[in-house]
Amino acid sequence: MANVTITIDSKKVTVPSGTFIIEAAKEVGIEIPALCYDPNLEVVGACRLCLVEVEGSRKLQTACSTKVWDGMVVHTRSERVVKARKEILQLLLDNHPNDCLTCQKAGECLLQKYAYEYDVKFREHDGDRRPALVDTSSPYILKDDSKCILCGKCVRTCAQVADRQVLTFANRGFNTRIVADIDLSLEESSCVSCNRCVTVCPVGALLDKRLMGKGRPWEFEIKEVKCKVCEYGCDFEVLSRNGKNVAVRAKAPSNGRPLCLKGRLTTEFIYLDEPYTPYKKENGEFKETTWKEALGLDNIIEKLLDKEEISTGVEYNG
Amino acid sequence: MMTVEELRKIKEETLKHMESKLYKLDKEKIGQKATNRHVLICGGPGCYSSNVEEIKERFVEKIAEKGLENVEVSISGCFGLCESGPNIEIYPDGTFYSRIKIEDVDEIVEKHLCQNEIVERLLNEDAKKEDKILPVHQVDFYKKQEKIALRNCGIIDYNSIEEYIALDGYHALAKVLTEMDRGEVIEVMKKSNLRGRGGAGFPTGRKWETAYKYEADKKYVICNADEGDPGAFMDRSILEGDPHSVLEGMAICGYAVGSDQGYIYIRAEYPVAVKRLRTAIKQAREKGLLGKNILGTGFNFDIELRLGAGAFVCGEGTALMESIEGRRGMPRPKVERTAHKGLWGKPTIINNVETFANVAPIILKGADWFRSIGTEDSPGTKVFALGGKVKNTGLVEVPMGTTLREIIFDIGGGTVGGKKFKAVQTGGPSGGCIPEEFLDTPVDFASLSKIGSIMGSGGMIVLDESDCMVDIARFFLDFTVDESCGKCVPCREGTKRMLEILERITEGEGTPEDLDRLESLAEIITSSSLCGLGQTAANPVVSTLKYFREEYEAHVYEKRCPAGSCQALLQYFITDKCIGCTKCARNCPVSAISGKVKEKHVIDTETCIKCGACMEACPVGAIIKK
Ligand SMILES: Cc1cc2nc3c(=O)[nH]c(=O)nc-3n(C[C@H](O)[C@H](O)[C@H](O)COP(=O)(O)O)c2cc1C
Ligand code: SF4
Ligand code: SF4
Ligand code: FES
Repeated sequence: MANVTITIDSKKVTVPSGTFIIEAAKEVGIEIPALCYDPNLEVVGACRLCLVEVEGSRKLQTACSTKVWDGMVVHTRSERVVKARKEILQLLLDNHPNDCLTCQKAGECLLQKYAYEYDVKFREHDGDRRPALVDTSSPYILKDDSKCILCGKCVRTCAQVADRQVLTFANRGFNTRIVADIDLSLEESSCVSCNRCVTVCPVGALLDKRLMGKGRPWEFEIKEVKCKVCEYGCDFEVLSRNGKNVAVRAKAPSNGRPLCLKGRLTTEFIYLDEPYTPYKKENGEFKETTWKEALGLDNIIEKLLDKEEISTGVEYNG
Repeated sequence: MMTVEELRKIKEETLKHMESKLYKLDKEKIGQKATNRHVLICGGPGCYSSNVEEIKERFVEKIAEKGLENVEVSISGCFGLCESGPNIEIYPDGTFYSRIKIEDVDEIVEKHLCQNEIVERLLNEDAKKEDKILPVHQVDFYKKQEKIALRNCGIIDYNSIEEYIALDGYHALAKVLTEMDRGEVIEVMKKSNLRGRGGAGFPTGRKWETAYKYEADKKYVICNADEGDPGAFMDRSILEGDPHSVLEGMAICGYAVGSDQGYIYIRAEYPVAVKRLRTAIKQAREKGLLGKNILGTGFNFDIELRLGAGAFVCGEGTALMESIEGRRGMPRPKVERTAHKGLWGKPTIINNVETFANVAPIILKGADWFRSIGTEDSPGTKVFALGGKVKNTGLVEVPMGTTLREIIFDIGGGTVGGKKFKAVQTGGPSGGCIPEEFLDTPVDFASLSKIGSIMGSGGMIVLDESDCMVDIARFFLDFTVDESCGKCVPCREGTKRMLEILERITEGEGTPEDLDRLESLAEIITSSSLCGLGQTAANPVVSTLKYFREEYEAHVYEKRCPAGSCQALLQYFITDKCIGCTKCARNCPVSAISGKVKEKHVIDTETCIKCGACMEACPVGAIIKK
């Protein structure tokens, strides 16, 4: 594809034609704020935070969904742009709980980051707010609707795996929510706890429950590891605090990697100093289970034990 | 398979049975002798619901009973004057009867049809002027109208493809297939400067050209029949009254752009239109006017219906395509042009029902003819659904450039009950309110947008002095908030905040800062929303703030609703008419009324809960609200 040269905030950059402004900006180290954009997901243009000024266009354009053309001149931080972003962030904060003190996402939350950057604050008002629906039914994922900003990333990433497609939008307008199947709890739904959605959620609306209370993001030391369960080799992070491995979390899936619960649990089991109790979903109910069952090793272990017992006489307590 | 020759034959044959009702098309002929007579019954959306089928049956029975010959009875699409339905016209004389009940049928047959004596008591009230009886085309409501999109509505039997053919139906399709190449069709459409009737007014020919020039193995033609504006029924009337005109327009478009598949996206709440479209598609297929090898020319084109669940936003082109593709109807960002990559990633043309209904006449009569009607900026006509506080509510089609005053006063008969005209709202929830000073504005795309409103799809709601403009803005915003798809932040969050402010103001809780906040919200919602719904959502607020700011200020600063419409701001008073009967005091549930027997009573406005019980109880009408 032919290359085009464009100017972003007086920096010239040459990129293949058809590139979105947001990607072209990255090339010259300009970060355009974005809540709904993810290069691995379908472009939806929902959050409107990435608005930029393109010379020659009367309206502001979304950098995530506008393709560059030769000679394009873009301003990403003009007065008009900053004002629009502030207003949009304000609309989001007006409908977001003021819970950053104890929110597990603090420090990694994109809404928090941009609110700080654009100096937008929570404020009192007596208008409507999102209902505080918190789904605690899953031992793996905490879903807090009150914090959701409806970027739709979770829905899009969930839909990328053909036999999942658990999360969808429900209702319209101000009452729009993300629901599992036909508005079931995560426990009753067909959710397989792969945590794809958790990895993409920009705010604290979908959290890895096994991370909660284990520390603040800035306290962790992070080591990247690859899952050893299957040939996809999904990426995980082992989080340690004060020299102790306290949690494993999935990294955003890319290159067609699916992520799965078994992979995550296996990685937990391998790396964590004290792995937490595993749970298994059976007929729409989470039940505590044994590690050998959670890792799908039942038969193998029996067999192993049989053989090892004969040869070594050592006893294992699975 | 049908040939062009056979098409002409059907026309000749069918015309014979239609003779007298065709006088409706030729005003010169009305009243002249004809070989037959015709009782034409309106089957438009308004009239149809008042058992016109039974009325027709009764006519047929009674006519048979009287042994009358050469009298045809048929139901047709909407006559337009829904206000006075069920409506009936009798030809060749063009007598216009209104508000017909089944009991009236016998009298019409006995007097009008048997003895040529007009039944005056059943005449439309405007069909009688100074003791003169006017034929229907001279009635004020119809005088200034000119019909292109609705040309067959109110004349042909919507279930008869033959009657459609008789009035040159499918002749335009035959013409393009046998006499024109694709580029010529595009040229005619471009030259006609037909602009989309679905709201935005994009030039149809240019849109078609974009898809025509884009190579692809498959292309689609979509007719947008989602019509979700509150009070709008223009498209519905066309689909119900003349479904073939839309099918023919789509087929011509298919030929021009190189598509063999059309879809009509229609809301499921239009069951009658759906039924008639199904019938029409079936008839057209049977006659070889849809399907494979149309008219033996090798051109293939078929049409399928897709039913929408009735979300307003699904009328937005990209949301409509998402919905046809089986996804949630949410707009998508316009990364690619629909005419290049639309439905399932293929070049797609989306046009409105009324746009398609204009195509065949343009092909047959030429671009110059079309441009001779209307204005330079907006040639042709536009159909409006006239509603609100106007005498003649209904459907009107007028040349573009007709002034608002002509539509509202000459055609619409002005306001009702002697109330003073205040404003007209055009363009539905995306439009604005236009005050009296702009009544002489010609109606076309450019003029309306210059004064802060839009043409939109053709809703026109008349408001009088008893309408509160803040409340009108609140009404439209309430609709938008309900219909926002929830995808993008400014529309989902912003319109809700605007609505909350408007609600506060109408309840007397508004503050001066609220007015500023309305303005800044309007700006961000308009400039940053993803789709047209959000981008235009603030228009009702912006236009009322612009032209009726003092009304907002009265609510905010004086806690007063000048129109006397906002309940929360009204106060009850007892006037000097009071005879001291004590009835009001006894009926007040919160004992807010005091006074001695036979002396004037007083309401304590602090205690009063504004339930209105006193007003109802007062025998002499001494209690007022203000
Ligand atoms: C919220 C929204 C609703 C719309 N609803 C309709 C509709 O019901 N019918 C329609 O023809 N166009 C509707 N439109 C306009 C369409 O997006 C599109 O412009 C139109 O169908 C194009 O046809 P035209 O060029 O023939 O007008 C709507 C637009 C928006 C933003
Ligand atoms: S839950 Fe998170 S990822 Fe999903 S829509 Fe809400 S904010 Fe976006
Ligand atoms: S403007 Fe409103 S209707 Fe349109 S995409 Fe945004 S939320 Fe949906
Ligand atoms: S990142 Fe562009 S609209 Fe959300």
